[in-house]
Amino acid sequence: MPSTAVRPRRGGGIRRGEARSGWLFIAPSVIITAVFLVIPIALAFWVSLSDWNGFQSPLNPRVNFVGLENYAAITVDEGLDRRNFGISVRNNLYYVLLVVPLQTIISLLLAVQVNRAALRGKGFFRTAFYFPSVTSTVAIVIVFQFLFTASGAVNAVIGAFGIDGPDWFNDSTGLVHGALSAFGVSGPPPALAEPGFLGISAWEWLAGPSVAMTSLIMLAIFTTSGTFMLLFLAALQSIGAEIDEATLMDGAGPVRKFFSVTVPMLRPTLFTVLTLGLIGSWQVFDQIYVLGGASAGGTISTPAFLAYRSSFVDLEWGQGAAIAFILFLFIIVLTVLQRWFLKERGPKKRKSTTSKPAEEAASATAFTVDGGLR
Amino acid sequence: MRTSQWSAAALAAGLVVTLAACSSADEGGDGDVQTGQELTMLIGSSGDAETTAVQAAADAWAAETGNTVEVIAANDLVQQLGQGFSGNNPPDIFYMPWDQFQTYAAQGFIEPYADELSNAGDFLPALAEQFSYDGQFYCAPKDFSTLGLQINLDAWEAAGLTDADIPTDWDQLATVAQTLTTGEQVGLSMGREYARVGVFMNQAGGSLVDGDTIAADSPENAEALEYLQGLIADGSLKFPQELEAGWGGEAFGLGKAAMVIEGPWINGAMANDFPDRRFISVELPAGPAGPSTFAFSNCWGMPVGSETKDATLDLIEFLTSDEQQLAFAEAFGVIPSTESGSAAYAEQFPDNAAFVAGVASATSPVAFQGASAALADFNVQLEQIGSADPSALLGTLQTNLQAAFDEANG
Repeated sequence: MPSTAVRPRRGGGIRRGEARSGWLFIAPSVIITAVFLVIPIALAFWVSLSDWNGFQSPLNPRVNFVGLENYAAITVDEGLDRRNFGISVRNNLYYVLLVVPLQTIISLLLAVQVNRAALRGKGFFRTAFYFPSVTSTVAIVIVFQFLFTASGAVNAVIGAFGIDGPDWFNDSTGLVHGALSAFGVSGPPPALAEPGFLGISAWEWLAGPSVAMTSLIMLAIFTTSGTFMLLFLAALQSIGAEIDEATLMDGAGPVRKFFSVTVPMLRPTLFTVLTLGLIGSWQVFDQIYVLGGASAGGTISTPAFLAYRSSFVDLEWGQGAAIAFILFLFIIVLTVLQRWFLKERGPKKRKSTTSKPAEEAASATAFTVDGGLR
Repeated sequence: MRTSQWSAAALAAGLVVTLAACSSADEGGDGDVQTGQELTMLIGSSGDAETTAVQAAADAWAAETGNTVEVIAANDLVQQLGQGFSGNNPPDIFYMPWDQFQTYAAQGFIEPYADELSNAGDFLPALAEQFSYDGQFYCAPKDFSTLGLQINLDAWEAAGLTDADIPTDWDQLATVAQTLTTGEQVGLSMGREYARVGVFMNQAGGSLVDGDTIAADSPENAEALEYLQGLIADGSLKFPQELEAGWGGEAFGLGKAAMVIEGPWINGAMANDFPDRRFISVELPAGPAGPSTFAFSNCWGMPVGSETKDATLDLIEFLTSDEQQLAFAEAFGVIPSTESGSAAYAEQFPDNAAFVAGVASATSPVAFQGASAALADFNVQLEQIGSADPSALLGTLQTNLQAAFDEANG
């Protein structure tokens, strides 16, 4: 069959051998992608289905296929593994719920401020706001540790207002629990005390981020807002002056202009920022690792940290890989959901055809630059 | 057709590269040559003093036998060990921490070589037992430490206490801790973890494992927690976190705690960071069921099927000789793991005699495979020790330990 299929081509023609050269040219990137991306992911998936204990290669004959056992251990089987996973998901959920909206709003506001034509010392402010983003998270955690100790600068400042600050990084009190106890509710009503989803009682799911996690949330917002400010700034500068003028002529005030013109025009960037924020905050690891992951009553542990711990410390590599894949699934599902929410609908449909390429380009960058952005 | 052939070829090339990376990379090592071997040693060092001393000892052996030893001080020993084993390139010799030993032995990672050592019978029985799995003596204890009670002499004298007041039982400990508690300092501090709290459980006559059953929720263990709760309620026991210190030794050095429960490593820490601190170390006070302390040790681990086994065995014999262990003791304060070595140590370092004396009542902390996750959870639960019901804390521990135990033995 090949001889008949190939022969006509051999006869000549200007495009002879083009396909071969094409493959030759992309071979390096295909090989690199396969070796560093496709095969490792396939191997990790195999590990999550196996009982590999971290000794020699996961493909050696002593490793057995155990099906979904590793996934079951952290999702349906009763025990410490499921509980640890449940707690880490809860912690991370609160982290995402607070970090993503706050960092988006703050970075947008910062971008609008440094974009103002009237602002003096623009360069200074842009640098100042961007600076935390170029500093290593680890370095910032260490600075934060000094700021947030019981006798640190933060407590000294709020102490001046007569408030007795907590020992931030060691305080495991959930904010919701703390607020409830101010009203005299210090324990769960019986209906909420039963172990529920992932072995965690509803009362514990509702705890809110702990004080320690709240300090990490502030840290995350501090470090990432600068990066996203830059994205918003680029988008803002592509909004032409004629549009400002047109809004002015239509009689819109600054607030109306911001919400009715600027924000809609920033939709593709907003999508990028929200997607990057979502991915980054579900993968939060370095801060937790530096703090040891076990402080504050386990309220700062996250799935990414748990995956590391299960693998390297407890030698439960299958479970660690399973956590990583569940996390991957979370991120995919949430990103798709978010895409659906931000999709333009209804009467604006005609406009969406024009903005679509930009949106797609934005989402494409979201996946390629993810590693570089925090 | 042509294109799919090419893509198949490209994929195959990728696979070959990957599989080559996966297959064992260190099969080129040459069998039983005694000289000219290049060993790597991974250590979890407590600081420069230890790294330098171990490097010096390794160099001395290397020069004598014509091999080379590269000593690597790990940033995170357990993680780097895991990396080495999963990458099929473990170090030839490494520190095996006591709390990971059972897991590593159960998973078949390490070579049970210890019976082949010429000095196999010299080690302290408690340590030999700690590094045995399934009745087999796996690896040579490197050295050991026990817990003692450190007393800040300045605070002691300021409170008008004398040698006669050194506590020997729980009641006296509570009394002096109360006396030493002032506005500036707390009477007693120690790590908020099983490795300290567990000592009190043993002193009360409890334990976590009793033969083949898990006994974490015993009344004796609850009694120990209640005793500690009493100290917390009096304000005479605070944990380092509450004193803004990283660990007990730091709280002690900063003068925030007049007494702490730590091991001989505190000598090095005080000499380095708080050279002015005047203190003594005494044996831990006895509980209702008598004296008890924990013994901690690392052993010299060797990966299973090591290709440099003969040379490594020789190196381990050298490192565990009394002479070399005493040199380590001098350099960074650990106690030799052999009977004769520890006796010589007690004579040579009378200040540390209390740690050696503790051996008589020392037990090893519970560390069977999978226990570390349950104990890590217990350490987290201990955060509530001040207010929680002891039986609730111990009930959770009982459940988790039982599950881990069943899995390890089932």
